[in-house]
Formats: sequence, structure tokens, C-alpha cells
Amino acid sequence: MTRISITVDGVRYDDDVESRTLLVHHLRDRLGKVGTVVGCDTSNCGACTVLVAGDSATTRHAVKSCNVLAVQADGTEIITIEGLAGGDGSLHPVQQAFHDRHALQCGFCTPGMILAAVDLLAENPDPSDAEIREGIEGNLCRCTGYQNIVRAVRDAATALRGADVAEPASAVDGQMPGTPQAAPAVPSEPESVPVEAVPRPVP
Amino acid sequence: MIPAAFEYTKPSTVDEAVQALADGGEDAKVLAGGQSLIPMLRLRLAAPTLLVDLGGLGELRGVRDDGDALVIGAMTRYADLLRDPLVRDHAPLLAQATATVADRQVRHLGTIGGSLAEADPAGDLPSVAVALDVSFEVVGPDGWRTISAADFFVDFLTTALGDGEMLAALRVPKQDGWGTHYEKFNRVAQAWSIVGVAVAVRRENGTIAEARVGLTNMGNRPVRARAVEEALTGAPATVDAVSSAAARAAEGADPPADVWASAEYRSHLATVLTRRAVVAAGGIHAS
Repeated sequence: MTRISITVDGVRYDDDVESRTLLVHHLRDRLGKVGTVVGCDTSNCGACTVLVAGDSATTRHAVKSCNVLAVQADGTEIITIEGLAGGDGSLHPVQQAFHDRHALQCGFCTPGMILAAVDLLAENPDPSDAEIREGIEGNLCRCTGYQNIVRAVRDAATALRGADVAEPASAVDGQMPGTPQAAPAVPSEPESVPVEAVPRPVP
Repeated sequence: MIPAAFEYTKPSTVDEAVQALADGGEDAKVLAGGQSLIPMLRLRLAAPTLLVDLGGLGELRGVRDDGDALVIGAMTRYADLLRDPLVRDHAPLLAQATATVADRQVRHLGTIGGSLAEADPAGDLPSVAVALDVSFEVVGPDGWRTISAADFFVDFLTTALGDGEMLAALRVPKQDGWGTHYEKFNRVAQAWSIVGVAVAVRRENGTIAEARVGLTNMGNRPVRARAVEEALTGAPATVDAVSSAAARAAEGADPPADVWASAEYRSHLATVLTRRAVVAAGGIHAS
């Protein structure tokens, strides 16, 4: 067993873990952070994505928590989907955009999809549709066909560039896209994909 | 799945790491970024008794200018390579190939040294390393030595690293004055390359003066397409000349056949991708 100390969604946890324990299992089974889900368990689908800071990389970044050992995460600060909303419970702009744009159906990929989008927008605040699609290439959605997810990320980018958004309760070092940006809000680009109607019941 | 049990140690100096590997014996394994190793542990395709985590070795991280080459620490992550201005300016082929590796989450943790020491012929960086004659600086119980790219890759997942040796740094010759391009064909971000082609060419006026071509997943290790290089050297920088040179891309290669592609298909892909890569690297336009 190895003693590790990690901060998850603003709370510090000290635990003894087996060296073979995966970070995602530590988060879910020991710390109760079940918002982070196990999808494919093969490091393909990205459902288990979390944000990590303080592991010697220069900025906070998204990782697949099924592809990290808990012992590797010692000393880091982690944000899961459960820690993304503001301290007052207000949704993060990416969460809000996913809600507004109906960017989920079963919702299983959503925690990872949202955190990958947060990571993308921290690096590229004004991505094109193609850049959004490439930015979330590590996350698989089997329901939506991605169209509304791309729209949601585009909306969130616009909101984040223009809005004065509260930092998440668990914010740590590094730039969250929630940080107000100097760039003015610009209108959304014209739709480059057909707009589907909100799904209606089959007659 | 949950990996089989193993011991874990995180040394804080290179000497400690070498000692830990020596103490661990033949079933000790180096953990770099873990982005290929951890899936193999989970599937129990690998079951080391000891993992030596190099994540604490800051001295193996970063990019340094060393005259006519860059020295890149083996534990430098893909994402940090992509942000590095030295890599962007002097090793654009490495940067371009790195940008195609997997997805952003994997690039945040995966390392250049881990990729090269894994020596998967379907990996994107080994073919770049052989194309550019990258030197491998390794350290082990008997001290430091340098291995050329031509000698480093021995067989499928097998390198010239000896017992207890580990990769510490890469010496990447600067490509100033060269045009470069990495062309890759794969199914999805997470899939290995079906075929990839790494090209560097140096033009003199209307002629290709020198060419280097490395192939991804066209054998049990990354290979140089020597026939293409010879055909390109001294050839006019035209699409026709490049096409006839690229037609020789699979000469001497021994591509694998698997569920994604037959050997014949890979050989065909190699010729097409080589033509595209050389045309792009050389800035060649249809006349």
C-alpha cells in the first residue's frame, strides 16, 4: 500500500491505496465521486475524463482516469464533473450549453465530454467546428451523432469569451475558461450542419 | 479490468531509477506516461512485478538547444512538445507527427520516450526517429551510451535497451532548411496507424537534393524507404518525379496483415501516402 494525498473538487483526501488501483476506481469506490463513470475500460471512450493540475505539467489538463494509476496522481488537484459547477450551484457554461442544446441523450458520455470541452476551450477559446470535433476526438458518444454536442461547445465558447462567469468552487491554479476574457462576444457562426428538430414522439 | 498486483516505486534521481531497475530484475518495468502500458496492465497482457515510475525525474523532462540538434528529455510529454517553440521551429516533423498521436487526453500524459521505448511499429514517432536519424541516449548499470535510431529498433516491441537500461533523452537533428511532412492513415483517433509516412526533403532550386523517408507500420519495426530516397535524390521537384519515386515505397518492406488491412493494401497505401507526403514536404505544385 502507498499513502497518497490528492485534492478532489476542492477537498483533500489522504488514503492508502494499492499500487494497481486505477484513479477512476479510487475516485468512485473510495471517494464516492461516482459522477466520473467507467465506460469502455480500454482508454478509448473518454467517459472517465477528469481535469488534473499539479502533476508537473504546466497547466491543468484533461486525462482519462481509467488510464492513470492512483499512485501517479499523488500530490495533484483533480476536478471531476461534480466539482465543475459554481459554489452557488450555478452550472458551468459548458454544462449550461449542453443542457440548452440538448447535447446528450443517455448521458453516459456527458461527464467526460463536458470536461474534455472545458479543456479544449481553455487552450482554444474560439474553436471552429472542425477544431471542436478534433478536440473531443478522445470522447465517444453513441447516442447523439455529435451534432448537438458541437453546437453546445460552440455556444459555451461564445459564452465564456463574453460572460463574467464565476470560478468553479473547486478552482485551482491555471486558467479555467470561466475566467473572464477580454475578447468581446461574437455571434455564433452560421450553422454548418443541418439543424435537427428536437426529437418528437413517433406518431 | 484491474491489473495484477505489482510493487511500485517512484525514484527522484536517475541513479535511483537505475538502481531500482537493477534491484527489480527482469520483471521490473519502467512506467513513463503509462498511456500504452496501463491498458496492457489492465488487460493483463503485461504483469510486471515492479513498476519504476519515472514521473518524478524532472531532469528527464524538457527541450534544450544543443547547436545543430535539440536534446529532448525522454519524459517530455506530447502536449509539452507541441507547445515548445524549439520543437516547432527546428523539429516540425516531430511536432506534426506528435499532434496526430491519439487524443488530447492521451497527449497530456504520454511521453516521447515512452513511445519510442515501447517500439510499436504502428506508433507514429518511431518512423520519425528513423527518418531523422535521432540518437538515443540511454543509461543503465554500466553508465551512459548512445544508440543510433537504425540500431535502436530491433523487432516488434523490442529495442536495443539492455537489462536494466532505460531511455533518458533523444538527440534530434535540427531540420533547418528542410521541408517535412507526416502523412497518416487510420480509422479513429485512438487507433494505431494503418500506415504512416514521415518525410524530410531538402530542395536546391528545382531539384530534390536529399530525402529521408520513414514508414510507420510497414514491418516489425520502423523502416526507412531507401529505394524512394535514392530515387528522389537529384530528381526534379515535380509531381511526376515524386510519383515514380513513391511507387517504390514498399520495396524491401514486410508489412503486417491484420483485421484492418492486408499486406497488399498496406503496400499500396505506402506508395500513395509517400507521394502525398513528399509533395507536401517539398512544397511541390502540379505544373
